[in-house]
Amino acid sequence: MKKTFSNKLVWLLFSLTGAFALGVIALHHGEPIGAIWIVIASVCVYIIAYRFYSLFIANRVLKLDSTRMTPAHKLNDGLDHVPTNKYVLFGHHFAAIAGAGPLVGPILAAQMGYMPGMLWLLAGVVFAGAVQDFIVLFISTRRDARSLGDLIKSELGQIPGMIAMFGAFFIMLILLAVLSLIVVKALAESPWGTFTVAATIPIALFMGTYVRYLRPGCIGEVSFIGFVLLMFSIVGGQYVQEIPELADFFTLTGEQLTWLLITYGFIASVLPVWLLLAPRDYLSTFLKIGTIVGLAIGVIFVSPEIKMPAFTQFVDGSGPVWSGSLFPFLFITIACGAISGFHSLIASGTTPKMIQNETDARFIGYGAMLMESFVAIMALVAASTLEPGIYFAMNSPAAVIGTTAQSAAQTISQWGFYVTPEMITQTAQNVGEHSIISRTGGAPTLAVGMAQILSEFTGGTAMMAFWYHFAILFEALFILTAVDAGTRAGRFMLQDLLGSFIPAMKRTDSLVASLIATGFCVAGWGYFLYQGVVDPLGGINTLWPLFGISNQMLAGIALILATCVLFKMKQDRFAWITIIPATWVIVCTLTAAWQKIFDENPRIGFLAHANQYKDAIEDCIILAPAKSIEQMQQVIFNDYVNASLAGLFMTVLISMLFFGIRAVLQARAISHPTVKEAPFELLPTYAATEK
Amino acid sequence: MINKITKTLHQLSQSLRLMVGLPDYSTYSDHMKITHPDQPIMSYEKFFRERQETRYGGKRRLNRCC
Repeated sequence: MKKTFSNKLVWLLFSLTGAFALGVIALHHGEPIGAIWIVIASVCVYIIAYRFYSLFIANRVLKLDSTRMTPAHKLNDGLDHVPTNKYVLFGHHFAAIAGAGPLVGPILAAQMGYMPGMLWLLAGVVFAGAVQDFIVLFISTRRDARSLGDLIKSELGQIPGMIAMFGAFFIMLILLAVLSLIVVKALAESPWGTFTVAATIPIALFMGTYVRYLRPGCIGEVSFIGFVLLMFSIVGGQYVQEIPELADFFTLTGEQLTWLLITYGFIASVLPVWLLLAPRDYLSTFLKIGTIVGLAIGVIFVSPEIKMPAFTQFVDGSGPVWSGSLFPFLFITIACGAISGFHSLIASGTTPKMIQNETDARFIGYGAMLMESFVAIMALVAASTLEPGIYFAMNSPAAVIGTTAQSAAQTISQWGFYVTPEMITQTAQNVGEHSIISRTGGAPTLAVGMAQILSEFTGGTAMMAFWYHFAILFEALFILTAVDAGTRAGRFMLQDLLGSFIPAMKRTDSLVASLIATGFCVAGWGYFLYQGVVDPLGGINTLWPLFGISNQMLAGIALILATCVLFKMKQDRFAWITIIPATWVIVCTLTAAWQKIFDENPRIGFLAHANQYKDAIEDCIILAPAKSIEQMQQVIFNDYVNASLAGLFMTVLISMLFFGIRAVLQARAISHPTVKEAPFELLPTYAATEK
Repeated sequence: MINKITKTLHQLSQSLRLMVGLPDYSTYSDHMKITHPDQPIMSYEKFFRERQETRYGGKRRLNRCC
């Protein structure tokens, strides 16, 4: 009796603290607040959501059963299927879901002020993102840890399964293109950054050889050596920048970097994995975890002041960073951190194979996603602690603010954000760059924000340049790992797909077949990357919404699957827990895709943009970035490709919706559960008592 | 207390290794000894290479997000 009372008291305290923090944020409209209030409010929301909502889903809706067999025990082989402690597995799962996404989306969304992004991150994760991850993990765990494609095939039918996987391949291409674009935007004309990132290649090659031949399997040791070398490369970059010949060599334009990246992607994905990919993955994974922890400590202890207003005038859709109004575009710009469809591939990947007890799915599925949302909140904080004027100078395309500090300061001041040319050049100088104008893509903004927070924590202004390049390196490192791994994964997907028509293509051991498939894959993302790099509006304006639409399309598919499973379990009265987020995600995705295709504003609609160029051709006017009529035609062609892609995503989602509704109606017509779970087996007693 | 700290540190290192696709070798070798005493057990080096190949090389599903 006493315990329940003190228990209730603790939860009441959490609720009051959270409400108080939110109150502070709400009442300080127009005056700066400390970031700590945002952190406190978020953490309280997460803890309450975890304690109550996820428990409700676990006990009442999914009815997790601690005595039920899991794939890890059933198929235990000591390798893929290993019963794993839930805290250990949590780390694994979190590292797999959190990447560049939660760091970039919120930064781009900050152009509308910190409030819209913060509210969507909190509401989205609690009611949509974490629910999706949790339920997909549960569904896969009950079905021998099968993949999303397989799950859709068995619960919805063969054709929907094929459609979903076809859509997933295109997400892959867009994802790789947009990630590479972020790297290109961060490294263009930056000898320091380019040198540091280039140095990771020989470092990784050395580590790969070391861990294979010299000291097999000592990954902790080799990662430490690699980390020390990385730090040297950051320091070395500064000297490279100061020696004119070397600086010239490492000063590359966006287009040069694009070709280098495409070549790199091709070569890296056909090299043996132990040589480059694996060691780079060690570095990027450990650095990622370390940086996230460091950023969290920095934000909590420094509690920097939030300078971005709660709302800016750009909620109307006229923003320079990306165009489109708050609804629907905010909800596709921030995907990772609120809800990300990609997670459904991870939650039906390696994690369910290692889950020790079904009840752990709540902590791992729901909990890890809350953690990712927290990472996204920190990214939002980092962007909002910059002077808004600096934020817009970094994130607006050159076509809008020009290329000099004077023109940028003038334009941005007209928008009502205080900034002087000196502030812009001073910031660039502090972080050791020639210019910070139009460094779109989110990574440099995060890097400046992080550099400010971390240098306040340790090192002062003298260390800002170091921290800036550290942050750039850390993002570039895991993006390049993703490019390498993604190209490989895409190649296998493509070989599988093409193999159905040309049997010879299916042979993954054939050098010719894999080279052809890799070539196609690289050409696919390279095309979108190049198009983004030459775009005068910065590329992010085109590619990030396409990526967001594709990612949310997959989230819609995963939630449709989850809804069908709930109906098949005869849990009709609880189906709203997935129907509500599914409806929201589908409405946002379809509206956004529709506007991207048909909107009359050429900054939003692809077709309107194409028409603008067509009219110009008729009047014999050359519009930038094109320099000739042929290039104008290329721009028009690109617009049609982008519009078709958005159309394709819409079609995939609508057809999945159709198949989903059909499956639900079928399930409702039958009076008993129709789920296709693996037959019930009792968890061995040794496993049940291990807990 | 010290026991608890060592256990936590051990779990942390396990988790970090699992993040890059390397499960516990001792779990694997124990499993093989108990369940498949007739089958050969891979050495740590072989086990390490096999795991690397599976994580990055094979037709594995995607193991990371954006």
